[in-house]
Amino acid sequence: MVTKNYTRSDGRKNDELRSPIIAKIGVVPNADGSAQFQIGKTIAIAAVYGPRKMHPQHSQNPEKGTLRCTYNMNSFSVEERIRPGPSRRSTEISKITEWALEPAVMLENYPNQVVDVHINIIQADAGTRCAGINAAAMALAHAGIPMKDLVSSISVGKIDKTLVLDLDKYEDSIFDEGEGSTDIPITMTPAGELTHIQLDGKITKEQLKEVIEMAGKACKQIYEIQKKALKNAIDLNGGKK
Amino acid sequence: MGIGVTSEVNAQRIRKYLAEGKRFDGRKPEQFRELIIEKDVSKKAEGSVRVRLGKTEVIVGVKLDVGEPYPDSQDKGNLMVTAEILPMSSERVELGPPKFDAIELGRVIDRGIRESKIIDLQKLCIEEGEKVWTVYIDIYTINDDGNLFDAAGIGALAALKVAKVPKYDEETVKANYEERTGEIPLNKVNPIPITIHKIGDNFIVDPTREEEDISETRLTIGISDGVISSMQKGNSRPLKVDEIMKAVDVANSAWKDIFKNLEKLLK
Repeated sequence: MVTKNYTRSDGRKNDELRSPIIAKIGVVPNADGSAQFQIGKTIAIAAVYGPRKMHPQHSQNPEKGTLRCTYNMNSFSVEERIRPGPSRRSTEISKITEWALEPAVMLENYPNQVVDVHINIIQADAGTRCAGINAAAMALAHAGIPMKDLVSSISVGKIDKTLVLDLDKYEDSIFDEGEGSTDIPITMTPAGELTHIQLDGKITKEQLKEVIEMAGKACKQIYEIQKKALKNAIDLNGGKK
Repeated sequence: MGIGVTSEVNAQRIRKYLAEGKRFDGRKPEQFRELIIEKDVSKKAEGSVRVRLGKTEVIVGVKLDVGEPYPDSQDKGNLMVTAEILPMSSERVELGPPKFDAIELGRVIDRGIRESKIIDLQKLCIEEGEKVWTVYIDIYTINDDGNLFDAAGIGALAALKVAKVPKYDEETVKANYEERTGEIPLNKVNPIPITIHKIGDNFIVDPTREEEDISETRLTIGISDGVISSMQKGNSRPLKVDEIMKAVDVANSAWKDIFKNLEKLLK
């Protein structure tokens, strides 16, 4: 069976983000900066420690600081329990997250030091790496790490022949009709540069262009939410009323 | 955890305060910080809670899955408890494989639940010798400001109480997570670990990380309404018999407060 015009099971428009989108700042008191990002049923927490001296010494970079990310999924965040601890998947996503964030972070001032970003997925319903990156960008800003700007991340998908924004679990991995499901997580700077793109499925060049345009618009929406949460969390009056 | 991170100045002052029965945050030696429990924080789990003791925070989730029984308990379900001390939860956590403190945390919580026999594992048998439910309790630390043991133990008990058992699908011989019907069969015990720390000649409960740093010895007592079902003494300074008896009294009265609180928070 081929679905010519895919209709979303949750009634969303094709270019509509999931709701609710909730951004919270300062959720881990011990950390230098932290944030929580929820989109639909996916919830990520990120905590930043540093800059601090890099150990072991042979990992130090005398040219600039190192950004080190760890992505971890709670065993009970998905329907069928996953084994706690790192996996091949989480190892790859950790590195992808580093690459997605690094262009925004000014590490030049911190030779031989490390900025640690720890991401924990509390509840997973697809798009966890994007939610993790969105939380991490806010946490880095909250920690006062100098940044050129934030980055924002979203997944675009192709369900059979229809392009849709922000796949949920069903659209990401269960849908299996016609051309099936293609998942394209993308991270962008507000200037529209891509710091991260991955793709699983199949797509033409023309469609890919459309995908990136959709992602660009969505990232702008997310950027505004991230910025607003950070502004609300920071006392701009220096404690004075 | 571990000695030597809190500065000597603070260590001395904590001891001096305690000698007068006082603590930095104004608590009495045998008083817990405010307990906050949020239910259903991770909706794909069969049961989940976020527990806060002051600034200490853990998330505990319960999952159930259909598995095979162990050779020595053919007519009983299985229980597995794990704990991860996430690097997110403190600047002291190092990356890499689980360290001793995470392993000990998981094992102490496991024994508290298992030995109290709160879970009626016999009722979790689907087909003797073939299919049983496995109950997984997984603990994740979000912020460590001391006393992860008690926070995790309160979380494990609370998560068990709010959990719903998925339906067993006889055709696929798997769990049907779409239909979560019954509750986990629980016996009428409510094991909570209460950890008593000794600093100088003083006993305290629910230490902050600063206090935990200078604790010379600790005793975790898994207790339910006066009945002890697990214990773990940590660190090398010895305890006298009458000190252990005193610790049990402290644990018992702390249990009463926390249990009353827990029942209210889970309503």
